[in-house]
Amino acid sequence: MIVTIFYYLLVAFVAGLAAWNLWKSRRWQEEVLYVIVLIPFLLRLLRLK
Amino acid sequence: MNIPARKFVILALGAVLAVLAGASFDRSRRLREPVVLGPGIKEVRRLSAYFSGLRGTANDANVYVLEGAKAGGAVLVLGGSHPEEPATRLTAWILAERGEVDRGRMFVVPSANRSATTVTRPSGAYPATFAIPTPWGEQVFRMGDRWSNPLDQWPDPEVYIHFPSRQNLAFVDIRNLNRCWPGRPNGTLTEKTAHALTELIRRERVDLVIDLHEAELQYPVINTIVAHQKGQDLAAMASMLLSGDEFKIGVENSPPALRGLSHREIGDHTDAIPLLFETPEPFLDATRGRTDARLLLEGKDDFVVRAGRRGLLFEKIDEKGWPVDVRVGRHCSTLLTVLEVWSGDHPARAVSLRGIPRYAEVIAKGTGAFLRDPAKAGPGQLAFE
Repeated sequence: MIVTIFYYLLVAFVAGLAAWNLWKSRRWQEEVLYVIVLIPFLLRLLRLK
Repeated sequence: MNIPARKFVILALGAVLAVLAGASFDRSRRLREPVVLGPGIKEVRRLSAYFSGLRGTANDANVYVLEGAKAGGAVLVLGGSHPEEPATRLTAWILAERGEVDRGRMFVVPSANRSATTVTRPSGAYPATFAIPTPWGEQVFRMGDRWSNPLDQWPDPEVYIHFPSRQNLAFVDIRNLNRCWPGRPNGTLTEKTAHALTELIRRERVDLVIDLHEAELQYPVINTIVAHQKGQDLAAMASMLLSGDEFKIGVENSPPALRGLSHREIGDHTDAIPLLFETPEPFLDATRGRTDARLLLEGKDDFVVRAGRRGLLFEKIDEKGWPVDVRVGRHCSTLLTVLEVWSGDHPARAVSLRGIPRYAEVIAKGTGAFLRDPAKAGPGQLAFE
């Protein structure tokens, strides 16, 4: 259970990083990349797996 | 377009993709695979009846029990040890829905590693499901993978040390049911599953264990029966009869030094004779083209054919491919022939099975002709995998 909680905290952290990079980016190619990277992390946070 | 508006559009497109992907995952999770209990089914048990440590887990699989009026021996048939080998589960489906045992008992497990049916190969572009055409419509099955779902068993170790031999195996094979035999009660989910099946074999005094598989054509162990030394005569006789009457099939001896496989460990750790059947599945070949349900079911692939022309395969393939009906037919006939030979040699422990089509009949009518319509099942006549 503790491992699972840490796992989801880690997923949330990486999702947050991707969202932050998306916000800061000024190139559309990078923005597309960050959104694609974000999708599986968001789905995992929503427990859709 | 200014930057905030552009970001919003990209995010909106990402949200559409996320919804589509999420819906697909949700559909896969909710897919129930019906088994219409045939006239030969006496009872449907759970694997946890043999080892309570599996209760409530993904691998508490259904065990379909067929029992004849006359006493005899016992046979266990495993489908879905590797669910990405669909002819194995389809053969088990036919046994559960059509089989009738006159003498002895038969235990059928269509999803021996049920957890592995809930995942596909990461980065393999596998289809999530495949559909078998039947006279009453299509029956949809989960595609599955070779290994247990990492959501059910993780993390993997650096090296997998097999129990009890302590042989070092590939790390990922700690989730491979056919590298975890005989299993252990305090191990991983996959080891516990193997332990539960080993307990079933011991408690039910199983004489024969048939582990159904499929293999890529680039793998040397193909179109064959892999036999523990206790079952070499039985496998050789079945091979000769089948090769004379229906199709060519070989015999391989189970290597004593390769641990964790059903044909080795079941023979070493129980009184049962384990046999492993292999059919060709071009879907699994590394040189395949598009990895879709069509390739899975039709077994046709130009790239695999080209590999064959260059002598890279251990089994022939041409433009006709290796359709799933051929593969299911081979498993049905091989099982029936092994039972005939076994029963002839051991009348007191005979197992006589009827209602199961042979090779030519499966090819002529198609696998779907032997699946029953769940919509017409009576009360209590349905189970779900």
